[in-house]
Amino acid sequence: MSTTLLLIQILNGLQLGVLLFLIAAGLTLVFGVMGFINLAHGVQYMIGAYLTVWFYGLTGHFMIALILALAAALILGLLLETFIFSHLYDRDHLDQVLATFGVILFLNQAAKVLWGPTPLNMPAPEILAGSFQITENLQYPLWRIAIIAIGLIVALLLWFLVTRTRVGMLVRAGASNAEMVSALGVNIRRLFMVVFGFGAMLAGFAGAIAAPIYSVEPGMGDDLLITAFVVIVIGGIGSIRGAFIAALLVGLVDTLGRSTITDILKLFLEPSAANQIGPALASMAIYVLMAAVLFFKPSGLFPAKGAA
Amino acid sequence: MRNALPALFAFALFAAVPWLSEYWGGSYLTSLAMRAMILAIGAVSLDLLIGHGGMVSFGHAAFLGIGSYVAGIALTEGTTDLTTILALTVGIAALFALVTGVISLRTTGVSFIMITLAFGQMVFFTLSALSDYGGDDGLTLWDRATAFEEDTVLYFSILGALVASWFLITRIVGSRFGRVLRAAKQNEARVETLGYGVFGMRLTAYVIAGVMAAIAGVLLANQAEFVSPATAAWQRSGDLIIVVVLGGMGTRSGAVLGALAFVALEEGLSSLTHDWRLIFGPLLILIVLYAKGGLASLWERRV
Amino acid sequence: MSAVLSISGLTKRFGALLVTDDVSLDLKAGECHAVIGPNGAGKTTLIHQLSGTLKPDAGAIHFDGQEVTALSAYARARRGLGLTFQITSIIPGFSVLENVALAAQAKDGSSYRFFGSVARERRLNERAMAALELLGIEDRAQRLAGDLSHGEKRALELAVAIASQPKVLLLDEPMAGMGRKESAALIATLQSLKADYPLLLVEHDMDAVFALADRVSVLVYGKIIATGTPEEIRSNAEARAAYLGEEA
Repeated sequence: MSTTLLLIQILNGLQLGVLLFLIAAGLTLVFGVMGFINLAHGVQYMIGAYLTVWFYGLTGHFMIALILALAAALILGLLLETFIFSHLYDRDHLDQVLATFGVILFLNQAAKVLWGPTPLNMPAPEILAGSFQITENLQYPLWRIAIIAIGLIVALLLWFLVTRTRVGMLVRAGASNAEMVSALGVNIRRLFMVVFGFGAMLAGFAGAIAAPIYSVEPGMGDDLLITAFVVIVIGGIGSIRGAFIAALLVGLVDTLGRSTITDILKLFLEPSAANQIGPALASMAIYVLMAAVLFFKPSGLFPAKGAA
Repeated sequence: MRNALPALFAFALFAAVPWLSEYWGGSYLTSLAMRAMILAIGAVSLDLLIGHGGMVSFGHAAFLGIGSYVAGIALTEGTTDLTTILALTVGIAALFALVTGVISLRTTGVSFIMITLAFGQMVFFTLSALSDYGGDDGLTLWDRATAFEEDTVLYFSILGALVASWFLITRIVGSRFGRVLRAAKQNEARVETLGYGVFGMRLTAYVIAGVMAAIAGVLLANQAEFVSPATAAWQRSGDLIIVVVLGGMGTRSGAVLGALAFVALEEGLSSLTHDWRLIFGPLLILIVLYAKGGLASLWERRV
Repeated sequence: MSAVLSISGLTKRFGALLVTDDVSLDLKAGECHAVIGPNGAGKTTLIHQLSGTLKPDAGAIHFDGQEVTALSAYARARRGLGLTFQITSIIPGFSVLENVALAAQAKDGSSYRFFGSVARERRLNERAMAALELLGIEDRAQRLAGDLSHGEKRALELAVAIASQPKVLLLDEPMAGMGRKESAALIATLQSLKADYPLLLVEHDMDAVFALADRVSVLVYGKIIATGTPEEIRSNAEARAAYLGEEA
């Protein structure tokens, strides 16, 4: 493979990693602070994408659509939290898994009913719709570069929020010791709502910026959710820093794996065999990575202290 | 023994289905019953892990997928001998359970849920990547295993497998091994300090349950005459958990009742509306929030 | 008489804090050796190092003629180092009988048996009933362990420890949270157990210590400052200042 092609794959990997981080950040915070395992986090991503496409169709402006979609995603997240999830915090993980699975079934089907089963598309905002000239004969879509940039900025903001503000301090304390935080006289209910709403909005945001490059369809969040789980398990549950590093790692391993493993196999296998085994191995790569990390560090790369 | 009555009743019902189907439902009814029984085998085996062992595996459908693909590939390649297929299935499923179990069981709680989920996805994507055997679209089978050529034989073999699985799990739960497994679910540290190797026992249970589900997968391939990666999808693992919880975790009859109820609910709702998940999703949430103990507890409370 | 359990030079640090400071002590057959000390003296840390849930930084533990310092809790339990917890830890969803039978089973052949009904194994049940009778709670056999009173749970804990046929019993504050009457009953029971099971007793309750112990060690800031008969400890000025004085 040529260097430029490799560069493109690396950029693709970073872009996937950044999206994964936006999803995993909320997932890992919600789990870290509330001990709540939320399978419905992936549908928040889907909803974010659908709402952006829908509002874009209504208004014709990407920024307005984005803002409306974020607000709607936040409201939906808070509604779910108030009416369903808040009753599940003190239940065991099995109950949480089942109830949030019910939410997935409902929202995936609702998206199908509301917007139809065929995938939807939307263009990138006009100023970023062009391509970036990497070499003489190679271009890379500006919007994907923008996603990487936006993701890194959000990661920085998050880092600032979590390490430098009072709410962030409470969140970190909550992730390592929830009882202590409530002993400090903090309104835990409200903290949970803030964290949950924020996580839902981040996932919705990921969906919104992904809408121009992926096809928007029911169930689009499901597979990404599982990958986000892989990310937070590798990174250490409850750790934002771990989620960031693991997200980039998973994004890169997955993208590079898919583009190189078959070629590498061809070096010492029959081409037909390589074509057969390569894709299977490539789709296993991130799980092998996870298994390897867990084998050496059962609580992930950056375990949040005291968290399970 | 009283708590086993609902399961025994369900078995009798299944046994009567071929006869009933002559009056109502025909092959639709028998194939529905076969699906329910196969689901029940998967759920009975999963209940050993969740209900009795406290291991919430979210990747159990992977074993169904493994079993159905071993059968599907063997049949496509012209191996129709059931014994060979079963031997291959048991070997591969046991190996997979052993390797993934050793890694997964190093963790507990939510990490265990996520890791089993991830291993399930690994199987799903691997099956989807088998382009010689249908890839994403799955693979239609032109033969059943030789032993299953007769419809009636297939039907009663599935029923036989269900009864055998249920009996086996019931015995295991009541055995020395089962006692330690159940105790470790409630208080692992205590069981360790008594001198038991909890890890080894959980791993053994994980392998037993995996192999059993894989055999259900072989039956599924023969019944549907079609194999698909979707069998191993994480949503199917979710269905299996729903069946176990709906029926009643860690009870004699729960998994069997749950499978019956699940298939009935799915068929009933989807005959009402194409978008039956719009009803099933909220129903599931309500069950989790307000109904504890599952269907089996309705019976157990009475007697 | 030779020691069943002996500790030499045991040391454990948590960061800069020295919680176990070069501790040496031993336990002989047929005796009760009590370890006393003020809160935070490192008693629980010491017990955890003995049972194997904590690894010491230095020092050695010998049990029944063999060094067990590097062994896991599980391996030590298999060799007969029986522990009862400070915090009651039984299997709440099991019947009292099944709790004890589970312990008896650990000492009775393989548990990788998948078919026979364990509830009908007479030998395990008889051994469990014998342990329950020894503790005087045989009439509770069919009750759920989680439904027992606090004192009964502690008795069940001991029955569990005994049913696993230990060579030594490590008791971590068995009197904690008990009323006067319950304590007195438990002291009498332990008195009768002492001959068969050497007891290493970590305890706050001074009545219990002086009623049961043949030897007493005083642990202060992770260090043993005195070891002797109860009478010697009573008259040891340093020990009195460190601990007994505080109580008086």
